[in-house]
Amino acid sequence: MALDSEKKQVFKVVGTRPARPDGIDKVTGRAMYGADATAPGMLVGRILRSPHAHAIIRSIDTSAAEALKGVKAVVTSADFGAPEDESIRDVQDNCMARGKALYHGHAVAAVAANSAVVASQALKLIKVDYQILPHVTDVDEAMRPGAPVVQADRAFENVAAGFSENVTSQCEFGHGDLEAGFAKADKVIERSFTTAATHQGYIEPHACLASMTPDGKGDLWCCTQGQFHVRTVCAEIMGMDASQLRVTASEIGGGFGGKTTVFIEPVALALSRKSGRPVKIVMTRDEVFKATGPTVSSSMDVKIGMTKDGRITAAQARLRYQAGAFPSETVTYGAQSAFAAYDLKAVETIGWNVLTNRPKEAAYRAPGAPMAIYAVESVVDELCQELSLDPLDVRLKNAADKGTKSSYGPTFEAIGLRATLEAAKAHPHYTAPLGVNQGRGLSCGFWFNFGGNTCVSLNINTDGTVGITEGNPDIGGSRASISQMAAEELGIPYEKVRTIIADTNSLGYNDVTDGSRVTFSVGLATIEAARNAIKVMCGRVAKIWGIDEDAVIWEDGCAKPSGPNAGSFDPMSIEEIAAISANTGGPIAGHFEVNADGAGVSFGVHLADVEVDPETGATKVVRYTVFQDAGKAVHPDYVEGQMQGGAVQGIGWALNEEYIYGKNGLLQNPGFLDYRIPVASDLPDIETVILEIPNPGHPYGVRGVGETPIVPPLAALSNAVSRAIGRRMFELPMSPPKLLKAMSQKR
Amino acid sequence: MVKVLIWGSLRSATEGQTEVEVDASNFKELLDQLATLYPGLKPQIERGVSLALDGKIYREAWFAEIGPDSEVVLMPYMTGG
Amino acid sequence: MKNLHISTTVNGDQTEFVCAPDETLLDVLRNRLGLTGAKEGCGTGDCGACSVTLNGRLVCACLVLGAEADGAEIGTVEGLATGDHLHPLQSNFIEHAALQCGVCTPGILVAAKALLEKNPNPTDTEIRYWLAGNLCRCTGYDKIIKAVQIAAAEMRNA
Repeated sequence: MALDSEKKQVFKVVGTRPARPDGIDKVTGRAMYGADATAPGMLVGRILRSPHAHAIIRSIDTSAAEALKGVKAVVTSADFGAPEDESIRDVQDNCMARGKALYHGHAVAAVAANSAVVASQALKLIKVDYQILPHVTDVDEAMRPGAPVVQADRAFENVAAGFSENVTSQCEFGHGDLEAGFAKADKVIERSFTTAATHQGYIEPHACLASMTPDGKGDLWCCTQGQFHVRTVCAEIMGMDASQLRVTASEIGGGFGGKTTVFIEPVALALSRKSGRPVKIVMTRDEVFKATGPTVSSSMDVKIGMTKDGRITAAQARLRYQAGAFPSETVTYGAQSAFAAYDLKAVETIGWNVLTNRPKEAAYRAPGAPMAIYAVESVVDELCQELSLDPLDVRLKNAADKGTKSSYGPTFEAIGLRATLEAAKAHPHYTAPLGVNQGRGLSCGFWFNFGGNTCVSLNINTDGTVGITEGNPDIGGSRASISQMAAEELGIPYEKVRTIIADTNSLGYNDVTDGSRVTFSVGLATIEAARNAIKVMCGRVAKIWGIDEDAVIWEDGCAKPSGPNAGSFDPMSIEEIAAISANTGGPIAGHFEVNADGAGVSFGVHLADVEVDPETGATKVVRYTVFQDAGKAVHPDYVEGQMQGGAVQGIGWALNEEYIYGKNGLLQNPGFLDYRIPVASDLPDIETVILEIPNPGHPYGVRGVGETPIVPPLAALSNAVSRAIGRRMFELPMSPPKLLKAMSQKR
Repeated sequence: MVKVLIWGSLRSATEGQTEVEVDASNFKELLDQLATLYPGLKPQIERGVSLALDGKIYREAWFAEIGPDSEVVLMPYMTGG
Repeated sequence: MKNLHISTTVNGDQTEFVCAPDETLLDVLRNRLGLTGAKEGCGTGDCGACSVTLNGRLVCACLVLGAEADGAEIGTVEGLATGDHLHPLQSNFIEHAALQCGVCTPGILVAAKALLEKNPNPTDTEIRYWLAGNLCRCTGYDKIIKAVQIAAAEMRNA
């Protein structure tokens, strides 16, 4: 059966809003997160971090720490090997600096001790001899020849000449004749923009509990978006066979991309191996800010030409992303997505990745897209203002649609952009009156969405209920939506299904929970696993009835004869079939393994109204509406939750959040007091409108929804603020001091 | 023969062409052919590429079938958050 | 420094523990009493994930010393439900999708309960300001505010 051979249009369970299976555990404090596990004889692990932005580690003397009573192990980079795979070596070097500390907060040594107090004392006894090097934390400075080199010899073959060694990769996308396009324009605007690095800001710091035994076996409990990826990376770093390292994902207290890699797990495993005891490491918030996360910061130029009637004739972008101290490909995603919302005859985007003395960038919700699209949508808005055009009409006029050759190459299949724009135009928000000091902004958003490696095992219990085993940590309610899709396919109530997330020994490899892939891919695999189980059940019933397997169909949780020619038999329910499974051939199960493709891109449009206080420069979001194509919303509450949560992360990015580095290269604001994420009193209700343009690549039409919502808020807010204060903003975040300065320049 | 659209920064490996022709009926054959005909593409192919086939993105599927009239676009391998 | 012997009441139960003089109430609850519902999101009183009540007052357990619990009454998320009967805030948070990852949820529930005890009929704005010390990164707060309102109405009519 082809994956998309059977399309469903009418649903009984999908589209409803049942209670999540993890709900009671989470409201009673029973849910077990990364830091909540303990083990007999457990030690406390702590990590020593570089106080410098860039320094050669000449030597590390751990003898005094090792001699301290209660200290059971100390590790440094000398305790790790040199993995062959470059990306895994980078992860290891990020977990424990080798030779050079590359950023403020880079791990240089770790201890395991019988108490937190002793572990902290031991860290102070470790003597590191640093030779301080010049540092660079700004992307534009880091690109210039002569800039301090963060890592030498890391540039790909395709980087043009004339840059410093920090420029590690270059990418270029687009098509058409730019020069001719710009010549046709009545107005051409070219602007430069910057965005600050922001952190994913999950409330749960990274935590893990590692237990290695002398026979080479290991168990690891950790908060992660992907236990299988953790196993791959840690097994390679530790020189272990994958079979001997069992990784169990805890409940995850937020990830947003930031928990798709490892920071402390190999360190805990090494400490456990050395000490012979289980070791727990829990990061402090200070460590989370200094050494995990953030997304890239950017410096960008965008040039767009438009005719008087609002047709874009040519578009060009230059993107410079710094992704911290290690090479990254995030800029390629930005370069591909920058103009995705537009049907363009001539478009070109060039991007560069740049090394700086900052933490290794980690994925953050639609990685690379928000900043590029912010710059593009800002220039489009300015053109609309200059040419006195309605910004929604201009987007509709230029909107990509089915059959459009996208700015990154392929021709779009069915997409929901136009429907989303039309919904925004028809919504009362778009024409509601604005007050004094208020402005309205809008922006399109886009993300590719991915499928990926997925395994699902679906067991029909002997009482006819269903157990599902899948391998992707639930970060947004996926256990509920997967149970819904199984219930839908099997024709049984949602309450009869329970979905659990397996450890790495219980299923084949599953890709990380990322790329908005889980409801799409795990859902698809669940539907196929259910179809396989149905096939087994129909086969059993055919034998009982003595008719052909093809003459038995499945409907509403029952096997039935396919028609009068098949004979007259009373339907057999799933309960009846399950009860006699021992007599008919044994336990009944369905399973499905796939590397899913066809995820289907997702578009959204956000409308934002803001009010800027002329005295303080503070921006208040007074109304906000999110429009997004979900393909098919399996659990609409959780789709809305993604739309609202992503929008608010984007609002924080636009207005307040930023990594601030001093001239000394040290992070100035590693805490929630000074790195200010939005709080409840900052925000209005976030209204949502879900569009459903079915994804042709999924049996129920599902598209991923998790990432797209973080993309539009940056430009929607910037456009709203620019219109409110009568001055165009080119920099994020638009914190009060910057807005005050901009407003004073106007006067 | 199928026409393969490559992205701009790979042009230096294909004598400046953004569209190249190869004899391939699936993704694996296409990658092998590209690496043979244009050795300069090899480092990027090893780093990872995806394939958009008539608008649908395949990240790794070697045996995704390519018809003679298929629209074939090479893309970098991507991940999400 | 010698450990201290503390007698206290947690969720209505007489409880004794020993702790170091500089040990936080959060560490005591989590590491000595097995009450891991309160979470450490920051350790500096900025995120509210460790919100508990101390003699009826809403506090961040990471900013209170374990020793301060002596003779006091502590309320945590583990004490919200009565037997198998969920508190209206708990049931409405599930029913109205006011949680995603759930790590901020214990603190928000404890804080919201403290609000409704003071003010059984709050406006949206009052809820938003009361909960401004409880960070949530998943939901955008929208469904949290609505769930608190629905729970408040249910409690007023009970």
